[in-house]
Amino acid sequence: MIAELGLAALWMAAALAALQLVAGAMGLTARGSSLGAVVRPVAVVQGLLALTAFLCLIYVFAVTDLSVKLVALNSHSMKPLIFKIAGAWGNHEGSMLLWVTVMGMAGGFVALVEKRLPEPTMLATLAGQAFVSLGFYAFLLIASNPFDRLSPVPVEGNGLNPLLQDLGLAFHPPTLYLGYVGLSIAFSFAIGALVTREVGPAFARAMRPWVLGAWIFLTIGITAGSYWAYYELGWGGWWFWDPVENASLMPWLAATALLHSASVLASRNALRAWTVMLGVVAFSMSMIGTFLVRSGILTSVHAFAVDPERGTFILGLLAINIGGALTLFALRASTVTEGERFALVSREGALVFNNVMLSAILGIVLFGTLYPLLAETMGAKVSVGPPYFNPMSALFAVPMLVVLAIGPLLRWRRDRFQRIGRALVIPAILAVAAGIALVAIGGVALLPFLGMALAAGLAWASVLPLRERNLRRTPLPVWGMVIAHFGIAVSLFGMSCESAFNVEKLVAVKVGDVTTVGPWGVKLDSIEPVAGPNWTALEARLLVRYGADGAVTRMAPQSRNFWAPPQQTSESALLTRWNGQLYTVLGGEGEDGRWQLRLWWKPFVPLIWIGGLLIALGGVLALLGRVKTDVRRLIAKDKIAYRHERKAQLRKRP
Amino acid sequence: MTETNAAKPRRWVIWLPLVLFLGFVVLVMFGLFRPADRNVASQLVGKPMPQFSLPPALPGRPGLDSKLLTNGKPHLVNIFASWCVPCRVEAPQLEALAKAGVPIEGISVRDTTEALQGFLEENGDPYQRIGADDDGQVQLALGSSGVPETYVIDGKGKIVYQHIGEIRPEQLGLIMNKLQEASE
Repeated sequence: MIAELGLAALWMAAALAALQLVAGAMGLTARGSSLGAVVRPVAVVQGLLALTAFLCLIYVFAVTDLSVKLVALNSHSMKPLIFKIAGAWGNHEGSMLLWVTVMGMAGGFVALVEKRLPEPTMLATLAGQAFVSLGFYAFLLIASNPFDRLSPVPVEGNGLNPLLQDLGLAFHPPTLYLGYVGLSIAFSFAIGALVTREVGPAFARAMRPWVLGAWIFLTIGITAGSYWAYYELGWGGWWFWDPVENASLMPWLAATALLHSASVLASRNALRAWTVMLGVVAFSMSMIGTFLVRSGILTSVHAFAVDPERGTFILGLLAINIGGALTLFALRASTVTEGERFALVSREGALVFNNVMLSAILGIVLFGTLYPLLAETMGAKVSVGPPYFNPMSALFAVPMLVVLAIGPLLRWRRDRFQRIGRALVIPAILAVAAGIALVAIGGVALLPFLGMALAAGLAWASVLPLRERNLRRTPLPVWGMVIAHFGIAVSLFGMSCESAFNVEKLVAVKVGDVTTVGPWGVKLDSIEPVAGPNWTALEARLLVRYGADGAVTRMAPQSRNFWAPPQQTSESALLTRWNGQLYTVLGGEGEDGRWQLRLWWKPFVPLIWIGGLLIALGGVLALLGRVKTDVRRLIAKDKIAYRHERKAQLRKRP
Repeated sequence: MTETNAAKPRRWVIWLPLVLFLGFVVLVMFGLFRPADRNVASQLVGKPMPQFSLPPALPGRPGLDSKLLTNGKPHLVNIFASWCVPCRVEAPQLEALAKAGVPIEGISVRDTTEALQGFLEENGDPYQRIGADDDGQVQLALGSSGVPETYVIDGKGKIVYQHIGEIRPEQLGLIMNKLQEASE
């Protein structure tokens, strides 16, 4: 019953999306302008209906209704409730439903609160949003209905991949989706602005909070995903340049570029066509990423249910949406003038440089991700990995980070290096000092070396925009920028340290044996069987000690056996100190009581994710600042309107 | 200080994103409709074995030098590791081949002496020689993409066949045929 309700809500939402599209398009014409009035309410109701369908799906998963095919295939009655719920989006159909839900909700939210753009632009924007949604509704209803029933009803479900039965992962996909799909708003705004040719500061200011919101979720999603891969897979790595990781990185790069170019457009009315273009590209990257992952066209460690038919369907959607948007762009961009001029050495100049570098990195990641496919057309099989991605992206990231230290200090329009030169002396000294220290330590490869030296300088330079400012009166967006840039320095330092000073050891030890890894002594105290709700495990009890006289701490990595579905996973155990993490994995049992242990000492590795969270925090502060300004402006507007009304009333009095 | 040019972009530049995107669509169409084949074949099949010399992985057992493979007889070169689960699965098949008189040479990848010893005691030891490839360089030179992998080498040191993944019981005949081919 609930499943049918969900399906009905989904059909109605699709119908309303169609209405939203038609009414929005008609509203732009002279004859149908009266239809425009229904677009906003329809967008809101469409979002709510999509949400209803999604809640219905969560419900059937929560109660393990095995007569629903999707539940039978992906869930199991013995699973903890939280993972039953997470199972709703841990599969293809459910995640596509989450996709349209987020899209519908975002469109509804925009319709509800965005009041400053000219009404025709809003109509075109919401029609664009409806057009994209409609394609995904069709995809769900025709090719991947999540509410399909199953007859006869099975006694038990298939279960969820044990690797996915983890709290971090339960919330990782929804976070990423909020980011991916949130960018659809930027896409629709770009379409709307192209249709009405209203590209200017008002457009940038309207679009910016949405991009910022999506970007925050993407940042958190990527950071969390990286940490999840790090501790759950038990490989000790935190980024593998896997197609699925790249699929999340590419929209992030585009959105980061978009944030910066939008600020140029908002403040200086420059970079008009470029900003619109990035709006289109950012969401296009979300869709391309989803396509690459879901179609199974690229081999990845993330094995999603792969289906070429679905791949063809998504490709069709992509071709229509992105191809259409880019055609519109090509037709209209020549009528959008580039706007204000600026000198090479200026804030705009630095931001343009940032944009070019980010776009170059985006191109490199996209090319590297697609290259195996390209090579195959020529009959060669290759896989592209860190040896390509690391140096190639560093080639552009390093100059970008240098400019990142300088750019925020420059003035808009025109500036001189001499004016800010003195402020940059300390960061330069810090970078050189870090470099000298690393040479003294010796044996550090070029990229980690550059990374650490740059991080040292950048950490200082990133807070320089606060100098000569009254900290209490500093606007929140400036705080946001400073914290996000500082987060980049922190994360960069963590990455470089990890790759330069990581110590790895694989040993076979008997119970009672002591081994060492880096500064740690590790003793295998005992091996105990333990049981969880749907697994049993062998747990190694380790006693570890930092240095010669550190306190002894217990660690307990496990080798887990799940029984539904039967699968073995290794649960790593991590111990965090201020200067790094000890990472332990229990392998199999050898002969005569020897156990394999895989041990890593990773200096400063947590800084990678702390930096990521700081970057996201910077985004949150900037967003709060923007929203605060908007709310103030609205209140001021209301006050003025109220005064006018009062005056009019007074005049009427005899 | 130069003023940057803020003129309109040239017409063809505006169409560039669309053209690139269409290229992408064509590329993935090809990818979607190609016959699915996920096997990674070494480019070295039909070519001579690359030159290498690996130190012994175990005390008392010789290491592996590629020159030893050119003694006029076919060989089986097996890339394995004690930490690799499929290697345990294929161990009985290797034993059977060794009992049938096939000379098997081992390359143990990223392993330790103790772990390796334990692995051989537990799963049987069909190897004449075992070379230690501690940094995976020889594995790379052989164009191997993982463990286990097995190469059939003819008497002149030419690679006749590459078997990816574990040798299953039903594949023993295949391996024997390839060895026959190599000795002709």
